[in-house]
Amino acid sequence: MRELDVKLITENVAEMCKEAAYYLPDDVYRALKRGRETEKSPVGQIVLDQIIKNAEIARAEDRPYCQDTGMTIVFLEVGQDLHIVGGDLEEAVNAGIAKGYTEGYLRKSVVGEPLFNRVNTTNNTPGVIYTRIVPGDKLDITIAPKGFGSENKSGIAMLVPADGVKGVKRAVMEIILHASMNPCPPMVVGVGIGGTMDRAALLSKKALTRSIDERNPMPEYAKLEQELLEMINSTGIGPQLGGTTSALAVNIEWAPTHIAGLPVAVTICCHAMRHAHRVL
Amino acid sequence: MAESIRITTPFTEEMSRKLKAGDSVLITGTIISARDAAHKVMTEALARGEKLPVDWTNQIVYYLGPTPAKPGDPIGSCGPTTSGRMDAYTPTMLDQGIKGMVGKGSREPAVIESMKKNGATYFAAVGGAAALIAKSVKSYTVLAYPELGPEAVAALEVVDFPAIVVIDCEGNNFYEIGQQPYRHFDINQI
Ligand code: SF4
Repeated sequence: MRELDVKLITENVAEMCKEAAYYLPDDVYRALKRGRETEKSPVGQIVLDQIIKNAEIARAEDRPYCQDTGMTIVFLEVGQDLHIVGGDLEEAVNAGIAKGYTEGYLRKSVVGEPLFNRVNTTNNTPGVIYTRIVPGDKLDITIAPKGFGSENKSGIAMLVPADGVKGVKRAVMEIILHASMNPCPPMVVGVGIGGTMDRAALLSKKALTRSIDERNPMPEYAKLEQELLEMINSTGIGPQLGGTTSALAVNIEWAPTHIAGLPVAVTICCHAMRHAHRVL
Repeated sequence: MAESIRITTPFTEEMSRKLKAGDSVLITGTIISARDAAHKVMTEALARGEKLPVDWTNQIVYYLGPTPAKPGDPIGSCGPTTSGRMDAYTPTMLDQGIKGMVGKGSREPAVIESMKKNGATYFAAVGGAAALIAKSVKSYTVLAYPELGPEAVAALEVVDFPAIVVIDCEGNNFYEIGQQPYRHFDINQI
């Protein structure tokens, strides 16, 4: 059985936290450039120019792209034939987050308890860690730090089957209109359809880890992604101060659901669509 | 698009009243950072009848949320934070003489009324453009409340700090004006 020392996990997670904070992924960068070419609002063009330049400076100088370096979401896929040794997996991941956020001069934005005693944990831990057991002997790690300007505008709707496609479009658009310019558009919109309430929410997060150049493999969902994108881009929200580039992409993921339900969750991400991925 | 308008501090009411919603500006001079905790402490001090440690006459306040500075840098990445959280304190602060505010997101009607009365302008810095904005900051000096750490009131020397007038002294709001020409969507048509 293949063995993997937790020290290696900590090291890699630390590196990935910095990487995610400094380097905007290429697909997002290219989409911003395309948006700049087609943006109709003169003020929108100025905003997009600044956002593009910001990405270039952050990448060239290893600086955080945005000052809200987010709450650290971590997706782990653990091969069932992999033996993790030397310590506790979640502790190792959190140690990596603490190391990366401290060494990388990233902002620590996590409080230890949400309601009565909101004290900063001072190292951005704990992360939000989702672990799946999969075939194989590898550890697949995706880091997706999430800023809260956009997270606060995300939402969920528990529809009924009769609401259908129309209902899904309405639910998504209500959340988008309510968010308006607050989540630092151009946004990337992750949609989770089906499952249970919690599953739909998780799918909407997972959807954001797919490249924004890739459409859902099922043609009906790919078409829905396109239709929603066009609707969002005709709201006028634009890149924060009005215009035609309100969103760069809509990524939908779906899951089987109950005969009586049609959950729809929407995670809004800002243009700071930061990710890092490694396989150990 | 017209060229950006260059403005220098101190930022007077006369300068403020010339700007219109949608104008793009480059700010050079000193701006002062203050956010949630500092606003709370300052308005509490004023309520007790105390004098503030900083003279806010003709100042521009920046609702700033920085990352820690790397060694040798004056400041880390430093984009705007959401202005709405300051709304409850803003009319009191504008009465102290502030003529410009830089942040992101919409403001409450009470803030806009106070802006009209005081001749103050609200600018948006581009949300998330934090590394770019950091380039325009040349120095960072804590002026008051050092105990608030990154939330202390501090002077930032800036050169060509990029911002856009969102709400002008007459209450024109570019968050509304800017969206209108591009809004072709009606949710009831779905
Ligand atoms: S919403 Fe995104 S871009 Fe805006 S401040 Fe938060 S993390 Fe940064």
